[in-house]
Amino acid sequence: MSSEAVISAPNANSSGLPLLRLRDVCKSFGSAVVLDGIDLDVEAGDVITLIGASGSGKSTLLRCINLLEPVDDGTILLDGVDIAEPGLDPDPIRRRIGMIFQSFNLFPHMSVTDNVAIGPRKVLGVDKSTARREALELLTRLGLAARADAYPDQLSGGQQQRVAIARSLAMRPEVMLLDEITSALDPELIGEVLDVVRGLKADGMTMLFATHEMAFAREISDRVCFLHRGQILEEGPPSQIFGEPTEPRTREFLQRVIDSGRL
Amino acid sequence: MTGRVGRRAAYEQAQRRRAIVIAVTSTTIAIVALVVLVPRAPGWDKVRQAFFDGDVFVDSFPRLLSAFWLDVKILLWSTPLILVVALIVALARSARSPALFPVKALAVVYTDVFRGIPVILLVFLIGFGVPALGLSREWANPVIWGTVTLVLSYSAYVAEIIRGGIDGVHESQRAAARSLGMSNRQTMSTVVLPQAFRSIVPPMMNSFVSLQKDVALVSLIGPVEILRQAGIDKAKYANFTPYVAASLIFLAITIPCTRLADHMLARERRRTGATAIS
Repeated sequence: MSSEAVISAPNANSSGLPLLRLRDVCKSFGSAVVLDGIDLDVEAGDVITLIGASGSGKSTLLRCINLLEPVDDGTILLDGVDIAEPGLDPDPIRRRIGMIFQSFNLFPHMSVTDNVAIGPRKVLGVDKSTARREALELLTRLGLAARADAYPDQLSGGQQQRVAIARSLAMRPEVMLLDEITSALDPELIGEVLDVVRGLKADGMTMLFATHEMAFAREISDRVCFLHRGQILEEGPPSQIFGEPTEPRTREFLQRVIDSGRL
Repeated sequence: MTGRVGRRAAYEQAQRRRAIVIAVTSTTIAIVALVVLVPRAPGWDKVRQAFFDGDVFVDSFPRLLSAFWLDVKILLWSTPLILVVALIVALARSARSPALFPVKALAVVYTDVFRGIPVILLVFLIGFGVPALGLSREWANPVIWGTVTLVLSYSAYVAEIIRGGIDGVHESQRAAARSLGMSNRQTMSTVVLPQAFRSIVPPMMNSFVSLQKDVALVSLIGPVEILRQAGIDKAKYANFTPYVAASLIFLAITIPCTRLADHMLARERRRTGATAIS
């Protein structure tokens, strides 16, 4: 098996629909409306970034797609199947969707290799030696072979986040959700993680990426969505969103980002 | 850096010297006071005869030691049972599915009741109450019901320790496991429990030390274990020395366990990177 095949996503699309289609997705925590009617289409191979102020709903949207939060209303079609259906067993769906967290969330009691191998072993029933061999291939590809036997708290933040990406890739997800994956990193460590994301795009991975890294969003996105108070206020190619945004609130947000020196 | 004694190191060395002087002085004073003053107490000769009689000690010690074997057997039976029952109760209390609410409620009632009644009362209630139901001879054995009492009582405490450990594992660990597609059960067994157990081993060791001592309560419903044997010997010699001998036998197993618990606690603290604040 070539190392390419380890990473590239199965982007076969049987339904004729987009890989992921969100319609009128709503979510409230108590009286606080966090998602207020989200519509979004994600084609296989798309890289879509979600930008917006803290609390605009980016993270909640990703958690809802991965069914870590139940949505209150609306539909989420994955390959034409509504995964927001209440009462649906979430486990077989989650294994098709990868998720990377801001705080890495590696399992501290397992070695790096076991962190990566545990998903295929427990969920896909891959035998231990095969799972570990494939984990090592992934780690090698992400430049982490030397740390395969280390434990998470012996790694730098950048290395931990790359292990988290490897752990998610080991499940061969059809789409990956990246939730502010560089926000907890020291500035000099952000680059190595973003390089991995560039590699994923080159391999054709479908990604939804909530981020505050505007320069990177501009570089990597096929489309950018600006979220404001739980709604997608503006959506378009990066050249339009960052170059000539039509919504005054998008301009306002980007101006604040520019003023703080992050674009 | 090396070879240079900084201000901080010099200060700490002086502090250490001072601490040693204080500890040695106060210990010496205390020991001298005990050795000199206690024998001058008006009743000392009587106490020495009643509690520290060498002949009685030598005579009763083997009998006490063999009676202690029953305590050890009760301990060895109850410890694994406690772990199993406590884990089941803790998992029931940590259940999140609404369908499991009755199980959860039952677990809450169980821990509330058994933690709320003194062990000694439970020994009487269960030890006399259950055999009175008219059980066959071999099942009316008070050793069995004494052991059951200890299991029921200690499981309630240990279940709370385990639940604390489960709650102490950060929610993000569950999110990570579930996002890989692991089921609730797989998440619990491969991610949550292994992390919970590391943090609860030291408090569980403390419960284990308490259990070692509480085994003696079983004597209240009949079995001749070490405490009852000591009572018998006390009556026989009209002398309290067997109680002192029994205490020494208890200390011989509880002190190593306590030290081990402290050692594990210190290691856990080092592992999680918490430093002691002076």
